[in-house]
Amino acid sequence: MSAASPGASAAGNAGAAGAKEQVARLLTLVPYLHARGTVRLAEAAAALGIRPEVLLKDLKVLFMCGLPGGYPDELIDVDLDALQDESGKVHGDGVIRVSNADYLDRPLRLTPVEASAMIVALRALRSGSAPDTAEIVDRVLAKLEGAAAAGPTAGVVDAAPEESESSELTALAARLDDASRRQVQVELDYYVPARDELSHRVVDPRGMVREGGHAYLDAWCHSAEAPRLFRLDRVAAARVLDTPVTTEPAEPRDLSDGMFARSDETTLVTLRLAPAARWVTEYYPVEDVRPLPDGEVEVDLLVADERWLTKLLLRLAPNAWVTAPTTYGGGLARAAQDALSLYQ
Amino acid sequence: MSAQKTERLLNLLIMLLVSTRFVPKSRIREILYADAGDEAFDKMFDRDKEELRSLGVPVEVGQIDVYFDDEPGYRIQPDEFALPQIDLAADEAAVVGLATRVWDHQRLARATTEAVRKLSAAGAEIDLSALDIAQPRLPADEPTFDVFFEAILDRSVVEFDYWRTGTDAPARRRLQPWGVTRYSGRWYVVGLDLDRDDERVFRLSRVQGEARKVGRPGAYSIPEGTDISAATRRLAPDLSTEPVVLLVRDGAALPLRRAAETVEAGVPGPDGASTWDRLTLTRASVGIADEVLGFGDAVCVESPSSLRDQVVARLRAVVAR
Repeated sequence: MSAASPGASAAGNAGAAGAKEQVARLLTLVPYLHARGTVRLAEAAAALGIRPEVLLKDLKVLFMCGLPGGYPDELIDVDLDALQDESGKVHGDGVIRVSNADYLDRPLRLTPVEASAMIVALRALRSGSAPDTAEIVDRVLAKLEGAAAAGPTAGVVDAAPEESESSELTALAARLDDASRRQVQVELDYYVPARDELSHRVVDPRGMVREGGHAYLDAWCHSAEAPRLFRLDRVAAARVLDTPVTTEPAEPRDLSDGMFARSDETTLVTLRLAPAARWVTEYYPVEDVRPLPDGEVEVDLLVADERWLTKLLLRLAPNAWVTAPTTYGGGLARAAQDALSLYQ
Repeated sequence: MSAQKTERLLNLLIMLLVSTRFVPKSRIREILYADAGDEAFDKMFDRDKEELRSLGVPVEVGQIDVYFDDEPGYRIQPDEFALPQIDLAADEAAVVGLATRVWDHQRLARATTEAVRKLSAAGAEIDLSALDIAQPRLPADEPTFDVFFEAILDRSVVEFDYWRTGTDAPARRRLQPWGVTRYSGRWYVVGLDLDRDDERVFRLSRVQGEARKVGRPGAYSIPEGTDISAATRRLAPDLSTEPVVLLVRDGAALPLRRAAETVEAGVPGPDGASTWDRLTLTRASVGIADEVLGFGDAVCVESPSSLRDQVVARLRAVVAR
């Protein structure tokens, strides 16, 4: 995932890459200080996303730079005494004073990647937002025009507006969040994809969580008598009730370790995937992946509901099928035959 | 470590930035590379220039004297170097702060944050801990995304196996990538296909196995005026804008109903086991065939016929196995 390849630094140019990054930091630091006048070391470090010790090191290098010629009055002046004591201990409260660096008082233009990443992110914000926010985003986009370095590469990364979050879902999230805070029950009509039907239940909401591009309500479900996650775009209707929750309130769960809780009632299923269906291994938590010589792969997957599996295999048709257990294969062929009969 | 090199790079930058004329190469050597031999100087100076350029510093090269073809000189024009004055109102700064949390991709999230730091350095007060409103996330989790992205930045040719709709096996492709773009929830790469000698678009999720950079960086340049998004829409075969009409069993397929522009309830359907509704989707997602298939016998494609044929063919292939 990371673009800063660790292999490159292991190859021996860690110092070189370090120097380049240090120059980049200094080109941002000097104008940052210039724009603000007096800034404490710790404050500047936080704003630049580095440790105070690193910032001090950067300043010591800056102290050695300046106009060509090398006379002391041509060098950039940094008051280092205010930033550390004699033993070298860093004074986070020390105020940074840099002078003689007027020619660096403007930051560098945005690189094509920085400009693209920013513009695409802003457009994504715009597509899911209320009209007044969209108007603000438009103003920012107009102001950022011309902020990037010149060149034909301004659009290396681009994105069309996502059809992701509608204002409807944003409003729903706000209502459910409010119900969680007030600790009142919510009645849900919730769509269950594996069964392709609406379910009806009363839940004790705990809060909103986000993972993998979707928003979820974490709640205690009185029908399942267990905590459940409800994906917001599958909530067909939500009525906030006056009745207080009956279960112990809990913080919404942390989804950073993945959201697929292990259930005891799962079956280990082995699938065969043709190349076109290999993406499955990237999207679902699989137990094992075994590449086969013909470009196909075999994956082991824990399945809690056979209907979910059948739906997945239909989506992938005809590029995925069950090889074990043998009792699992029939569902797909039957479902495909049923669907096919609609066209005959 | 690298303090000396940082000094040299920054001193070089300052020297070229403050000079109103091209600085002769010999003068640069005298001031900043006095200890280096001929060959070492050339090598070091070339690398330093390139490193500054890779940070986005516009190092220009020119002839000192138009009448004498003697030695090259270098300069950095302050106007091209510096971010223009950008004044952000408080609400605009808040929106910029939110933008740093949109990317679900380390490299691009970092690039957005760097952009914000530069804007802050120019004087904008941007609060990065602003209230977290519901906001979209842009993931880039296709395994080959980073390879293409890096290749675009350093202009390297990429070689990969690609599975195209309607073909049995993946084919090896060589591409000079120009840009990546996201459309309807998927990433595409646009570039010059070297074997077909024409511009082509590829869906990253269809790249099989690994993509590899081949050959030297700087192997090509991106054509002036390339519009990545427009090229993707023009070239991608699966970005049809044709409306999709579906028959859906009463009560089924809520996600499709959500996406539908119009719903006509209680229409005649392919069987009498339930009542049916007719859905029209004007902006169907690229994976509409997959989605329809997932609903099994609850959804039937009425048009376009290309989608109908695709669904039927894929179902037949399953039944025939």
